[in-house]
Amino acid sequence: MAEVIVVTSGKGGVGKTTSTAALGAALAQTGQSVVVVDFDVGLRNLDLVMGAERRVVYDLINVANGEVRLQQALIRDKRIETLYLLAASQTRDKDALSEDGVRRCIGELQGKFDWVICDSPAGIERGATLAMRYADLAVVVTNPEVSSVRDSDRIIGLLDSKTMKAAKGERMEKLLLLTRYDKVRAGRGDMLNIDDVLEILSIPLLGIIPESEEVLRASNIGAPVTIANPQSAAARAYADAARRLNGESVPMTVPSNRQTLLNRLFGRRAA
Amino acid sequence: MTIATRPPRHSFRFRGRNFLALVLRPEKPLPDWLADLDQWLERSPGFFTGKPLILDLAGLDFSRSEIVEVLAELGQRAIRILGIEGADAAVLDDSLPPLLTGGRTSGSVEAVDAIARKPPPARAAPKPAKAAPPPKSAASAAPAKAAAAGKAAEPGEAAAPAKPADPAASANDDEPAKAAEKGESADLPAAAPPVTQVPSLLIEAPVRSGQTIINPDGDVIILGAVASGAEVIAAGSIHVYGALRGRALAGAYGNESARIFCRRFEAELVAIGGYYKVTEETETGLRQKPVQAWLSGNDLKMASLDQAENEREIATWRKS
Repeated sequence: MAEVIVVTSGKGGVGKTTSTAALGAALAQTGQSVVVVDFDVGLRNLDLVMGAERRVVYDLINVANGEVRLQQALIRDKRIETLYLLAASQTRDKDALSEDGVRRCIGELQGKFDWVICDSPAGIERGATLAMRYADLAVVVTNPEVSSVRDSDRIIGLLDSKTMKAAKGERMEKLLLLTRYDKVRAGRGDMLNIDDVLEILSIPLLGIIPESEEVLRASNIGAPVTIANPQSAAARAYADAARRLNGESVPMTVPSNRQTLLNRLFGRRAA
Repeated sequence: MTIATRPPRHSFRFRGRNFLALVLRPEKPLPDWLADLDQWLERSPGFFTGKPLILDLAGLDFSRSEIVEVLAELGQRAIRILGIEGADAAVLDDSLPPLLTGGRTSGSVEAVDAIARKPPPARAAPKPAKAAPPPKSAASAAPAKAAAAGKAAEPGEAAAPAKPADPAASANDDEPAKAAEKGESADLPAAAPPVTQVPSLLIEAPVRSGQTIINPDGDVIILGAVASGAEVIAAGSIHVYGALRGRALAGAYGNESARIFCRRFEAELVAIGGYYKVTEETETGLRQKPVQAWLSGNDLKMASLDQAENEREIATWRKS
């Protein structure tokens, strides 16, 4: 039975889609079967980041509404055999998703894969709440700046009240993924530092992804950063986060591109 | 002879206003419901004065004549209805209040309900005129709180900023409150003890942005932090054993002896009994410190908890 993860944030542009693709690819690289599901109906992006935009025929809405079989809508990645994409519809909007349809679709995916990773739309409305509804675990993507942190806090509140797990009285597990972190700027006080963010959100840390040009380059060539440039700092940070999701214990560091002796000595440990 | 033409108006400007409307929901049989309402009004004369009121008929099978009857009965009690919600549009004609749609439930209204549902208080419970709903929206919070504290029947007066407080308003409010107290003590046997048992609400998790914690009966104790954008409202005191970054409104139903305590003060707004301060008005020296806030007359005071201790020590030292 697959673990269902929702990648969410409240605020837009913090790196939900990038993180979904990178974590999905990193998990699939270990040989497990992974499906990434784009819940951003009407503003789909995950297909672009995955480099599958020319192969989308059917989408999540078609499957959720029972118009096609799941097998027809799943798109297999060309680089990693065990990685699949279920795209969102670009022509419909979030109202086209029914709660019942989402439940059936997630249930079916759970039977076929080891990991189901849902890329939530920004905001706190229907699309976002449907994406988190049937998740077992939430990855809260946050940038080290006040507006993103406050929005994440809001989303954590919703995760504790609007998910199936919360409705059943169970504890919804939430992990923080801090993205676009710049050690130098945080040191100067231009950015919140890791301890501030952890203190405000008070949820466990899954990983710290450094600000990196590689991320932008990767999405431009249509590949998750963990495939496009596995040696880059961001890719290594995502790979570490994926190993933590797998249950491995990996020391918390901020990988850096310039691996000088000083950087290695002062590799930041958080939490 | 001059011929003046008015410059053509290209646009017409409208302004938006937010009011917190109270929703009345009649129940059948009507005479029983009206009797309950009369009982409630007896305890809280003037509660509805100046407040926008909506009649909620959703799911109730009221005919046109019944609606007219309800409105007439309410009219006799000086309760005027602004609009009707959830009724069949075909039933309402021009002589009846308009049909309203798109209303959103507000947490504060629930708080009012909670008070309204209480059994008749056998004690000096919340002074009726003070039982104004706590504010919901950021923009209206402060003036609305002023209304709660000012308990003024006139909206204009109520909208005056709470700090510096209007002495006239506070003089006003005391009167109905005292009257109500007197009325109550006349009804009650002299032996009725003052209330001591007030339920407090204990929250063991952080209060997240966007969440509202309301205890319309007593204190609120929070073991985690109160995030920026969260709101804690209590009839009594508020204790936060983490950082207070959101809003805290203690004594929201008029208890002016309520206090706010927090371990780390970074609040957006603190209010007690309707008197409020926003971050900008607080001493910067108090930020991130353990702080308590209390009401001294019309002034909302704040001090570091450590400092209060210092002062007490000095006071006792002087006495000895």
